[in-house]
Amino acid sequence: MSGDHIHPEPTSFLKKHVFSVDHKVIAKQFLWFGLIWLLVGGVMAMMIRWQLANPGSPVPVIGGLLFPRTGGVIDPASYNMLFTMHGTIMIFLGLTPVLIGAFGNWCIPLMIGARDMIFPLLNMLSFWTVALGGAVGFYSLFVPLGATEAGWTGYPTLSTTVGTQGDGETLWAVAVFLIGASSIMGGINYITTIIRLRAPGMKWSDMPLTVWGLFFTAVLNVLFLPVIGSAMLLLIMDRVFGTSFYVPASIMSGASGGDPILYQHLFWIFGHPEVYILILPAWGIVADLLSFFARKPAFGYKVTVGAMFAVTVLSAVVYGHHMFTTGMYAMLGESFMLLTMIISVPGEILFFNWLHTIWRGSLRLTTSMLFALGVIFVFGLGGLTGLYLATISTDIFLHDTYFVVGHFHLTMAASALFGAFGATYFFFPKMFGRMMSEKLGKLHFWLTIVPLTVVFCTMFISGYGGMPRRYYDHTSADYLVPLQHLNTITTHSAFLLGAAQLIFAWNFIRSRWWGPKASDNPWEVGTLDWQMPTPVPHYNFKEIPVVKTGPHEFSHPKLGDRDWIPQTEELPA
Amino acid sequence: MSTADATADQVLEDAHGHHDDGVTEDAHFGKATGGKIAMWMFIAQDGMSFGGLLLAYGLLRIFSTDWPVPAEILGITLTATATFILICSSVSMVMAVEAAKEQNQAGTVRWLMVTILGGLSFLGIQYYEYTHLVAEGITFATSTWHGEPINNLFGSTFYAVTGFHGLHVTAGVIYLMCILKGAMAGKYTKGGMSYSPVELVGLFWHFVDLVWILVFTFIYLL
Repeated sequence: MSGDHIHPEPTSFLKKHVFSVDHKVIAKQFLWFGLIWLLVGGVMAMMIRWQLANPGSPVPVIGGLLFPRTGGVIDPASYNMLFTMHGTIMIFLGLTPVLIGAFGNWCIPLMIGARDMIFPLLNMLSFWTVALGGAVGFYSLFVPLGATEAGWTGYPTLSTTVGTQGDGETLWAVAVFLIGASSIMGGINYITTIIRLRAPGMKWSDMPLTVWGLFFTAVLNVLFLPVIGSAMLLLIMDRVFGTSFYVPASIMSGASGGDPILYQHLFWIFGHPEVYILILPAWGIVADLLSFFARKPAFGYKVTVGAMFAVTVLSAVVYGHHMFTTGMYAMLGESFMLLTMIISVPGEILFFNWLHTIWRGSLRLTTSMLFALGVIFVFGLGGLTGLYLATISTDIFLHDTYFVVGHFHLTMAASALFGAFGATYFFFPKMFGRMMSEKLGKLHFWLTIVPLTVVFCTMFISGYGGMPRRYYDHTSADYLVPLQHLNTITTHSAFLLGAAQLIFAWNFIRSRWWGPKASDNPWEVGTLDWQMPTPVPHYNFKEIPVVKTGPHEFSHPKLGDRDWIPQTEELPA
Repeated sequence: MSTADATADQVLEDAHGHHDDGVTEDAHFGKATGGKIAMWMFIAQDGMSFGGLLLAYGLLRIFSTDWPVPAEILGITLTATATFILICSSVSMVMAVEAAKEQNQAGTVRWLMVTILGGLSFLGIQYYEYTHLVAEGITFATSTWHGEPINNLFGSTFYAVTGFHGLHVTAGVIYLMCILKGAMAGKYTKGGMSYSPVELVGLFWHFVDLVWILVFTFIYLL
């Protein structure tokens, strides 16, 4: 409970950089951790794409090293492991640590005017738990029979010992459990910090929208990660202790058996909120960035918060749309369809407010602004195609095709990733005291958004044409051979997309150590985090600031020659 | 020493002057401490964990045709006694918090000990129950009753749910013991908000009891 006190800076290397309880250090640990995993998951995606465009031919460069038994060719089992681990890594070890771990830790205390999180030790524990989860997941790649092949959703009976032998799947479940525990610790810490440690004068409606997004994400984390924890416990028991919670009677030697669909319920009760867990922080960041770089107050601040709240509530009651083809009562299916459709209403309110925020603003097209605009574009594409999947009659045909793959990549992957990129370019100067190259940043943006759009829009077409997901070799089915050229286009664009990320990696690493020194407030914004010196002192605020203005008071007519005002100053009467 | 360091030292001295004078008032959360809010969050997430397990139990039982009558196998009397003991330990927990608020150290220590005793008795009864059930053929993976195989999920769900709860009681007893140590040192009876840690362990303990009422109803009685 020391977020409101000043503590002396630790002097030993271990306490300062490794086992630090300082939220700023933990934020950077999460950032590096997440970026490295994004790289690993990204390389896996490249290998998946290689196999889909050139089925059965050896992977160039790294193939011989990774698949020596087959002379560099990805065998079917390895292909299954690749798409399973790609999904798991990107969601749990890539996006979650970067968006929630890194920017949650960085933004919350600095933006609300606190000296640290309210429970610094719990904060450190949260990072080391996710690190342990990552280690367990990574280790599972090297056990006999390799990592799990059951898909990132881990549906039984594929994920029970009936479907997957070896320790891979068990270790996967342990890793997911640990990562979930880490998110719960973070969530409890974030919520309590936001409630208790806001600087004097900072009303709920004075918080930057970034903090709001992280707050709602934390609520979902606390409420729904435990459910997948229970699901994983039961799966581990089935695999280790020989119970049959998920193993149906038909494939058991005994007379009585369990219910594989039970797992689907437990998984999606968590799984649907999870997509909003990933997108809500990105939405909050985008809403702030649009206002900051349009030099206009965020349009409809309270309505935006209300819409995010509505999404948070609704996200808990729509999970059934993942199970339309599993089979459920028609009435239940229709209810889930209706509720899913209703979620698009607050979604559209957010779009309306974002577009109104930039409407007639004096746009400063920095890299982070471009990525914020990019989120509007890719989430728009993903959201509109979601309507076909929410509708039972069309979902029955599109379920488990590349249409779904394109849809969820645009919404929860690309949008969340764009939010993370926008935030990285934006907060980098305060985090590391140096500027990232805008020139390379813009190049990165354009070389990302164009191929990315091609990659996932081609998937819509091939999915609409009936191409199923998770197939090892689509050319083995006659009706898919005419669609193979689409796979080639997707793969070529994906390689371009992957190569473009190297520009980001180079920009990040070069700027971290050799970039030009950043001034205290290079973006000229009024939130508390930019009012402090760079680098941020160990105790953040020497004196806890008193908040007098909202976070988005731009271009106020009475401000004279400057178009922004710090949150600590009163607006001129 | 640079000027920045000098300022930092100055700040540190200033900060130690006015250390922790309680909590500031909040429009929505009153004077709830961070610890209290966090404990409620923890209870919410723990409730969802139990929710997941109980949902699994409910679905598995509803969709099976050969579920035995729980009372015939598990018996009610012994567990009803354990339930009564656990509820009584919630009462003694309330007494401990009240004593701490009244700065009555002896009372706090005494009631905490009674609560710990209640928790330990519950665990003892659970251990006795488990060993007997295992001896009679109800194990985690397979279940037989009077030599005849019955639905394996009966034993699996029973041990999963009551075992998960038993872990909570164990954790609660350890937590209570830590608080007891502090209470013996007089840490929580200094007036002001100093009773807060006793209140927090109380919240957790009441939650563990409340969940048991649900578990007892669903697993034993229904």
